[in-house]
Amino acid sequence: MTTIIPPTHTKGRIHSIETCGTVDGPGIRYVIFTQGCPLRCLYCHNPDCCTPHAGKEVTVDELIADIQKYYSYMEFSGGGVTITGGEPLMQPEFVSEIFRRCQDLGIHTALDTSGYVKLATAKPILDYVDLVLLDIKSFDSKIYRQVTSVSLEPTIELARYLSDAKKPVWIRFVLVPNLTDPPHNIRGLAEFISILSNVKRVEILPFHKMGEYKWEQLGYEYLLKNTPPAPPELVETAKKIFQKYGIRVYS
Amino acid sequence: MLQQWKGFVTGKWTEEINLRDFIQQNYTPYEGDESFLASKTEVTHQLWEKVKDLMAVEREKGILDTDTKVPSSIIAHAPGYIDRDLEKIVGLQTDKPLKRSIMPFGGIRVVKSSLEAYGYQLDEQTKEIFTKYRKTHNDGVFDAYTREMKLARHSGIITGLPDAYGRGRIIGDYRRVALYGCDRLIEDKQQQLISLEVDTLDEEVIRLREEISDQIKALKELKQMAASYGCDIGQPAANAKEAVQWTYFGYLGAVKEQNGAAMSLGRVSTFLDIYCQRDLDNGDVTEAEIQELIDHFVMKLRMVRFLRHPAYNELFSGDPTWVTESIGGMGEDGRTLVTKNSFRFLNTLYNLGAAPEPNLTILWSEKLPVAFKRFCARVSTDTSSIQYENDDLMRGYYGDDYGIACCVSGMRIGKQMQFFGARVNLAKALLYAINGGKDEKADEQIAPMFAPITSEYLDYEEVTAKFDLMMGWLAKLYVNTLNVIHYMHDKYCYERLEMALHDRDVYRTMACGVAGLSVVGDALSAIKHAQVKVIRNENGLAVDYEIEGDYPKFGNNDDRVDRITAQVVEDFMNKVRQHKTYRGAVPTQSILTITSNVVYGKKTGNTPDGRKAGQPFAPGANPMHGRDTKGAIAALESVAKLPYEHAQDGISYTFSIVPEALGKTEDNKINNLAGMLDGYFHNTGHHININVLNRETLIDAMEHPELYPQLTIRVSGYAVNFIKLTREQQLDVISRTFHERV
Repeated sequence: MTTIIPPTHTKGRIHSIETCGTVDGPGIRYVIFTQGCPLRCLYCHNPDCCTPHAGKEVTVDELIADIQKYYSYMEFSGGGVTITGGEPLMQPEFVSEIFRRCQDLGIHTALDTSGYVKLATAKPILDYVDLVLLDIKSFDSKIYRQVTSVSLEPTIELARYLSDAKKPVWIRFVLVPNLTDPPHNIRGLAEFISILSNVKRVEILPFHKMGEYKWEQLGYEYLLKNTPPAPPELVETAKKIFQKYGIRVYS
Repeated sequence: MLQQWKGFVTGKWTEEINLRDFIQQNYTPYEGDESFLASKTEVTHQLWEKVKDLMAVEREKGILDTDTKVPSSIIAHAPGYIDRDLEKIVGLQTDKPLKRSIMPFGGIRVVKSSLEAYGYQLDEQTKEIFTKYRKTHNDGVFDAYTREMKLARHSGIITGLPDAYGRGRIIGDYRRVALYGCDRLIEDKQQQLISLEVDTLDEEVIRLREEISDQIKALKELKQMAASYGCDIGQPAANAKEAVQWTYFGYLGAVKEQNGAAMSLGRVSTFLDIYCQRDLDNGDVTEAEIQELIDHFVMKLRMVRFLRHPAYNELFSGDPTWVTESIGGMGEDGRTLVTKNSFRFLNTLYNLGAAPEPNLTILWSEKLPVAFKRFCARVSTDTSSIQYENDDLMRGYYGDDYGIACCVSGMRIGKQMQFFGARVNLAKALLYAINGGKDEKADEQIAPMFAPITSEYLDYEEVTAKFDLMMGWLAKLYVNTLNVIHYMHDKYCYERLEMALHDRDVYRTMACGVAGLSVVGDALSAIKHAQVKVIRNENGLAVDYEIEGDYPKFGNNDDRVDRITAQVVEDFMNKVRQHKTYRGAVPTQSILTITSNVVYGKKTGNTPDGRKAGQPFAPGANPMHGRDTKGAIAALESVAKLPYEHAQDGISYTFSIVPEALGKTEDNKINNLAGMLDGYFHNTGHHININVLNRETLIDAMEHPELYPQLTIRVSGYAVNFIKLTREQQLDVISRTFHERV
């Protein structure tokens, strides 16, 4: 039975499109960077995605039409569509509609989120999501707030919910020297992940400074100016902590 | 049946010269992975070290050594060796490794100036012979060129014409030497001569009879040359070693005699696999010994050298010879043409390290065995040395025994050749359309004096109408120029050995080409979708443009500009098709610049897309640098939309990506790259070069070339040693879009 999907005029704001995403989910992915984010991560490498009113307005129809042009690449590589940002869940109807339409077309969907959202807002969207890329930016709540300027709680709540719902998840953690690297912080995260039932992959993203120029362009002060990129040894140390909890880590 | 053919399945090929039938009857498709491959032997290691040492000296000196007197021919030079005790496959172009020779039939002036550029003097007697007594191709061409042709050449609207050097892009079917032996081939050619004893000997028949007679002489000389190395190639090859050796002799004969722009090898690996497999099955050889043969063969192909003027390097850097070998593909019956030898040829990039030559070209099909696809992707990420072309697209045109000449030109092996025609500068043609046929840099009237555009802002309808006229003029002049060139090339610099390894009646194409396509596409898009204001100098010549507003740019999978760009390709092709060609050649065109995009840019003024005078064009069919903002796949899709039916000589796209942007793990990278190739070719893309490199590596190599002797990078349609590029070209490569958003 085929369902006829009515055209939708739902609109949203996006920052940009990357048609060759290869690190935000499996395969080659059409990546939508949405505009607007409630977090203010010190290391953010897309600070130009933060303010909700910048970027450009697009309709779901336009996006779906564009996405379909890339179907063969997704098909051959086992890829799909990833929505990241910004924080996609700041535009729940928009994001939900894109995912619903993608799934109807048989396209794999991934949501990249910080989890800083009301669970009730996230739940209906998750029905249309095949994979969640959950960024847990720290496990120590003080460090979390220091990094993001918001609270850790909603993220933890979402992680537990996803585990209960058996929704496949990749956990991602940005390792920043002198900020997110205290052993207790990493240990706490590893322990938490080890009790979740749905984690398919854990990635450590070593801090890099490729976003620094954007902060300068935007006229913001980049507080991590003197922080070095995460050295390989630090990444190894962090990996070992995860390994103690039986977790294989990609970096 | 002949002793040498023992164990082969017979067929049409035993009765007639028919390589395809032999392959189809006898090859063993291989669907497995690379785990069977052998590393290099100690002998290979020692031999390659010697070659590398010679190459290091050569790099320092420019050329290692050269003959200054004897015009090269199949038998002009005594046998030469690198190290007789180590070489499994023998034969050099001259009596010493990497020593160059002179080939004056193309033109004596260029030989003289090339020698002088490296501090050598052309022998007086040789000079006298080729000035006083023997006319060259170059002389012939300039005797017939019209004033307009000379003017167009001078202004750079038509560039790179093979009027002073060998045209190349003809692939002899070198496999025939191995399968049949020269005696049988000579006999076949003699029969062809008899078949041409017809009622009316008109110009066409007379010319062909003379050519075939020359072909027979060339085959006899080839036999003689091989004999000087102790091999009797009158007879067919009896085993793998002889098959490789005989095939190489065929090729060697060609590069001893012709300094063609591209001297491609064809499609030998699967053919040779039949012999390798037979020897393996008989227990005569080991895998390591087979790999050793292939390694030594490839080593020889890496050593092909021509004496060329340094100015040639400005156009085509790094001493390219385009020893293109086409690997893989699918057969018409649905079996893959991938064999173990397909893997072994790629394995030379590990055993001997990365290298630009031979120009290893994968004929990619969706149906290729998965293990082979993955191996290719791995080789690309490790070496950046291979290119890919769409077998599913080309098989319909050329069947399943075609090869690639040069970079992107498909042709049936032994049945088809082309008249290579370099390219015209379409971006300049657009400026001529605006300026009424005047050159924007020289302020000279080059094209006929059309009325120039005088409005302050460019009007799309007006510009396209004038551009259409200008393309019409250019196409006519271009085809006529090529007619002159190829008439003279046939007359004074005929490729007798390469053509001896062809059927009697060959299909000829007139391979035209265009440069600056993405500049033109973007310029027309800007004129249509934004406001383009013309800045004129005191003589009223349009010399610069100001763009007000934004416009869709080629490379973002945006039909508003992609359609315009594709239309330009079709329009120019149709204009070319209107003209009569020499020897009834079928006109085609390529969208390929090789590295000449830098020189074309230098010679072209400001363009209405916002490109500044002197800035390089994008290579081949690439979008302009930095204008593709939606990621790599969108750029691929824009290129894939260009119509192959109107650019059958090939559409080249060069793609560079940093390793991290292909995926996290090795496995992700391989999967994503193979998926990308499948997607691109499924959507009818024709060609792609893949570079997986960090910009930092290239910058470091610029500063410390001695540390990167084998760093290879794909440019439009071929590969080069990065350190052999001119500094300008290095900077161009580095400034190009590297897909790196992670």
